[in-house]
Amino acid sequence: MTHKLLFHDIDEPGLNTIEVYKRRGGYQQAEKALAMARDSIVKEIEVSGLRGRGGAGFPTGKKASFIPQGKMDKYLVCNADESEPGTFKDRELMQKSPHTLIEGMIIAAYAVGANKAFIFIRGEYVQQAEILEAAVQEAKDAGYIGPNVLGRGIDLDLWVHRGAGAYICGEETGLLDALEGRRGNPRLKPPFPANQGLYQGPTLLNNVETLAAIPHILAVGPEAYAAMGVEASSGTKLISVSGNVQRPGNYEIELGMTGREIIYGLAGGPDPGRDVFFWFPGGSSSPVLTKDDLDLPYDYNSLAGAKTMLGSGAIIVVDDSNSVVDVAVKTASFYKHESCGKCTPCREGTNWTTKMLKRIQSGEATPMDLDVIESVCDQIMGNCLCVLGDAMAMPVASMVQKFRPQFEQHIETARAANEARLLAELDAAAPVLEGIGH
Amino acid sequence: MSLRRDPLGPLDREAVRQGADVPTRVHVPGDGDGISGELFHHEVHRFADGSRVPGWREGHDPGKDAAEVPDPAQVAVPEDLRAEIEDYMSRYPDPRSAAIPALAAAQRLHGWCSPDAIEQVACVMRLTPGYLTAVAGFYDMLETRPVGRKTVYVCTNISCSLRGGDELLAALKGQLADDPDVNIRGFECLGACDIAPMCSVDGVYVGPVDDAEIPVLAEQIAAGADPLPLKQLVRRRVADTAANSDGVEVEAIEAGTIGPVLHTDGPATGGNDIPGAAR
Ligand SMILES: Cc1cc2nc3c(=O)[nH]c(=O)nc-3n(C[C@H](O)[C@H](O)[C@H](O)COP(=O)(O)O)c2cc1C
Ligand code: SF4
Ligand code: FES
Repeated sequence: MTHKLLFHDIDEPGLNTIEVYKRRGGYQQAEKALAMARDSIVKEIEVSGLRGRGGAGFPTGKKASFIPQGKMDKYLVCNADESEPGTFKDRELMQKSPHTLIEGMIIAAYAVGANKAFIFIRGEYVQQAEILEAAVQEAKDAGYIGPNVLGRGIDLDLWVHRGAGAYICGEETGLLDALEGRRGNPRLKPPFPANQGLYQGPTLLNNVETLAAIPHILAVGPEAYAAMGVEASSGTKLISVSGNVQRPGNYEIELGMTGREIIYGLAGGPDPGRDVFFWFPGGSSSPVLTKDDLDLPYDYNSLAGAKTMLGSGAIIVVDDSNSVVDVAVKTASFYKHESCGKCTPCREGTNWTTKMLKRIQSGEATPMDLDVIESVCDQIMGNCLCVLGDAMAMPVASMVQKFRPQFEQHIETARAANEARLLAELDAAAPVLEGIGH
Repeated sequence: MSLRRDPLGPLDREAVRQGADVPTRVHVPGDGDGISGELFHHEVHRFADGSRVPGWREGHDPGKDAAEVPDPAQVAVPEDLRAEIEDYMSRYPDPRSAAIPALAAAQRLHGWCSPDAIEQVACVMRLTPGYLTAVAGFYDMLETRPVGRKTVYVCTNISCSLRGGDELLAALKGQLADDPDVNIRGFECLGACDIAPMCSVDGVYVGPVDDAEIPVLAEQIAAGADPLPLKQLVRRRVADTAANSDGVEVEAIEAGTIGPVLHTDGPATGGNDIPGAAR
């Protein structure tokens, strides 16, 4: 059975208050950590094998070790923007166990020597932000945040910062610009945030789930954490399953389970009589997999081997009652809307891909348009400042490649339907046209 | 008959550019009334300033200088708003970081990021109105046009559209379109795909919304009542039934939480303890 760390007794009434959280042993890891040497905490995180849960999967301990030593203003930022379509795990954590995140942030801030921390939460999460703000206030009152934390001579300030609705503010440098009060346009990297991030200072930036895992790693011990899951994908992971499944929602798993065990075993599979058509394994940015890939182990390396990615751990299941064209249009339109417009391949490429897909949908396209879409996607990939452009190009190109016959068939049937309609309209107009001498 | 032109007239085209829906009846040759010659002689539309280019009509005066940081003596800022913005500014090493929370606060007061709202924020934060207008224009939740004060976002992204999100939006719009107090719009993934199809009513997430519940929900929205109390996200237990130990599960149910969404009528594994609460 999967170990439950983040979700263990998550629905305990009052867990969002410091009282219940402490009764369950909360904040003990923070107290323990503050008595440890800073680099030994980073070492423990490295040993645990924890990888970033926000999408890129970068080893967290390694990222923390990039933060320069020495006395300067350093920052810790928690990425709670959670806007990747299909992803809703951070929401459940923040709403039900906000103190786990806060405790993780206290440990992380201490480990890298940051004394100013922010949680950037998407503006739509109004109720979650309120719960989090109340929890931060409780932690301040209890002396876990503020000047001279727990009497150890360390200062830590922490604020919840609400965004105002923009997917691109989930991208780390876009988030930093938004947090500085600007339009959330990503920055050119390098320099990476670890060297020059918020207010040009060294900044550690991590996802909610990543930071919330830290107290658990210290509690069970880094070796025990590394023993969970499979090699290169250690620990437990929250996954969000949605779309055409009977039990959509968040599940905590050890990586390495198969897609079938997750989609059918946990989430109940599509409604009776329906079959999986295709699925996004890691949010709408990941190249899609078909039902033939259901037995693939769900971990970072196996998915990378199948030319897709684990991403944010959001599985979207599409059943066989749907058209791949409609899903492709939805996907592309989202990225078109959210492109910040800073670089041409992404701004124009997402726009034109959406237009072409809509043309296919309405029956005004030819099969050649599919080649054009593929070449546009190809020219976006790797040519942009951030990976939002790639995030549209990858899934759309994968849908066109894997379901080309379905696209071609739709083009043909929709075109024939249009032609019949136009001919009928021309017939109806014939008397008028004759009347004016055509 | 192969005259190529925009199927929309310039006025419609401008309306669509500003966000209106494309009119369902676009002009097609052979449409009867359109044949009368209008198709061939159509006057080039010019905006009031003489330009044929849309988008530069409002407030466009090339002779004017950009607005400067407002003079505190000239701008009356409501005391509460000033205090709130100054509180935000005190939280950051660089007070400019307060721009988004400050604009959101001004929007709560004024209903949208109106010129007055922008000027007041600009005055307190010592930034130019132009800068703040540019920031407001970037974010979906900051409104740059007058809108109703009750905000309803209906998710129309992938997971919700697979479960009827588009239909939910159309149905709610149909019922609430005439209410000037309601600002209802389709939105990208709101991070609650587990309760699809769903919407956010002034920040309160509700779902899955059944067809039969739509009229009730529309009434509650119009009346400003608590939307579908038994379908609110904050009351839901996690879908992972192995997460809670038995004792906690019982405690949670006693505290009034709702089981995870089930999309079939089959036996509820850990769900459906409040009658009619979950499918
Ligand atoms: C377009 C785009 C959107 C992103 N959105 C999010 C997001 O909503 N939440 C998140 O945690 N990471 C998001 N990321 C990933 C972040 O850039 C970053 O890699 C991550 O927050 C780092 O934290 P981690 O190492 O803990 O995963 C996004 C990346 C891109 C390119
Ligand atoms: S890739 Fe797209 S979203 Fe990213 S910086 Fe460029 S234009 Fe903006
Ligand atoms: S797709 Fe609707 S909330 Fe995510």
